[in-house]
Amino acid sequence: MSLQVTDLRVYYRTLAGDVKALDGATFSIADKEIMGLAGESGCGKSTLGNSLIRLDGRMKYIGGSVNLDGNELPIWDQTGMNEFRFKQVSVIPQYAMSAMNPTRKIGKMIGELVESRGISYEEIKSELDRRVDLVGLDEDVLNRYPMELSGGMKQRMVMVISTLLDPSLLIADEVTSALDVSTQRAVAETLVSFRDHGFVKSMIVITHDVSILYQTADTILIMYAGKLAEKAPTKTIIEKPLHPYTRMLISSLPEVGVRYETKKLVGIPGSPPSLLNPPTGCRFRARCPLAFAKCAEEPPFIKIANDHEVACWKATGSDA
Amino acid sequence: MLSLNRVSKFYKIGTFGGKELAAVRDVSFDVNRGEVVSLIGESGSGKTTIGKMVLKLIEISRGSITFDGTDVAGIKGGAVKSYYREVQGVFQDPFSSYNPIFKADRVFTMIRSEYYPEMSRSDWDAKVETALAGVSLEPDQVLNKYPHQLSGGQLQRLLVARALLLDLKFLVADEIISMLDASTRIDVLNLLAELKDRGMGILFITHDLSLGNYISQKTVILRRGVVVEMGATDKVFGNPTHPYTKVLISSVPQLHKKWAEVEAEIQAHGGDHDGVCLYHEAYPPTGQAGDGPGDRPAMVKVEDDHFVGCFDLGQGICKA
Repeated sequence: MSLQVTDLRVYYRTLAGDVKALDGATFSIADKEIMGLAGESGCGKSTLGNSLIRLDGRMKYIGGSVNLDGNELPIWDQTGMNEFRFKQVSVIPQYAMSAMNPTRKIGKMIGELVESRGISYEEIKSELDRRVDLVGLDEDVLNRYPMELSGGMKQRMVMVISTLLDPSLLIADEVTSALDVSTQRAVAETLVSFRDHGFVKSMIVITHDVSILYQTADTILIMYAGKLAEKAPTKTIIEKPLHPYTRMLISSLPEVGVRYETKKLVGIPGSPPSLLNPPTGCRFRARCPLAFAKCAEEPPFIKIANDHEVACWKATGSDA
Repeated sequence: MLSLNRVSKFYKIGTFGGKELAAVRDVSFDVNRGEVVSLIGESGSGKTTIGKMVLKLIEISRGSITFDGTDVAGIKGGAVKSYYREVQGVFQDPFSSYNPIFKADRVFTMIRSEYYPEMSRSDWDAKVETALAGVSLEPDQVLNKYPHQLSGGQLQRLLVARALLLDLKFLVADEIISMLDASTRIDVLNLLAELKDRGMGILFITHDLSLGNYISQKTVILRRGVVVEMGATDKVFGNPTHPYTKVLISSVPQLHKKWAEVEAEIQAHGGDHDGVCLYHEAYPPTGQAGDGPGDRPAMVKVEDDHFVGCFDLGQGICKA
């Protein structure tokens, strides 16, 4: 068990009150597992990813624990996390395009970064060259400025930098969203190769695009309105989802081959609840076609089959 | 109804505009009544430029666009207003299309003062209600609200409703669903299809092949400002012929097929066309000047309603 998150709660402080963006998340990731994390905007997926590496000023740690390779991560403690950041947990940020310092040549910037972690540039140079080559970039990029690289090249460069210290857990937040389809594919395949080469032990890939996850992830965790809805192996989520939200989400995705004339897809009516004052019980209740009396109680996120966890009264067979 | 005839757009770049950049080169296609044509390309392919030229937001450098027989470039003065009565556009980011200081329904009020100053209050309200019903919005949910109080999908549908207040015949939809969530984007997509069924012509600009495939009757694939393949959507997607189209289609993340499978399928399907440029088949290079249309884009008919223009664009794709 590489990562174990237990009942993690992170809220946002606003003038109107606390926004319960992540309200009790319990899950684990095995060694060598690439877990996809998907959901609509505002469902708390980025909050979950960010909270594992750095809570910014607006985020408030409420409770729960994160255990990585047997060590408790002090995620509520900014300075305490320094010891783990980038060595144990690393992140590829959402806008990797603008993640590099524009005033430094890339090689020099990396030198400054690793020195801040107490490692000399010379020590790491040969490994760096090897990895730059591996992601299909020319060694010469280290002597260039970020603006000289295309979006896909920058994205891959940032991926190399993020994983240079072989972190145990890598969080990739919407890394493929702003890219063209062909670059998107190259970046997604690079992510998988990082795991295969053992640069990272396990990975959380956050995206709103479920089809990217089908291509890359081993398991998929679906979130809805700050809660976990369903986690299962990729094939199960796509082909035999149990949570009504997952089912409706998957069936609303247009695919190559699906045409309006032949098969009209439908969206999910309504919109997600406000997390300032979330409804009690199942949060999907108002939009769910299967909702019944029991849904006024909050469904637990429980294991219903091997590797398959779901938070829905219908799926867990409590129809009574 | 809308016809592009060898349209080009050059931008002046460099110091004092000394250099020219061809954003769009010799693009020709038609959009008929009750038809959705999707214009697919990666970033920088000139797809938005074409939309802007249709909307008269930028000038056409060469070639002509005609709408119902009238040359769009020649529309001047008061005629511009009546052109916009029939042709409207909706753009990518619904959040920045509104002025956050004013209520969202101000976009309706502006249409009223500009186009229907004589109309009575009750007639106008009825008109707004019909337009809102046309995009499946409840008036009391969206009227009298500020943009930040509405969701992206609602804002985007309000903009379509705004266009419906006029005597809309043609809509340019530039990436209108890229910023929306999976559960709502399909509703906006279905809305476009309904408008099409009512006889409207729609130019659907997107980078997402699966969306284009879902909604459109005709597909135009752009690469660096040049049309590489166009025709009936099922033919372009069913039998992609240009190497670039093949790359694009094999890179689209799909839900039930892995990338490797799709690639193998397209390779197997490619048959005798694989690797051989149709342009060269139609115009074999004889080494003499003046044979064939030279460096001008020429679309070669591969089958009914399916045209391919294959050029060596400096990537050594063309083997002939």
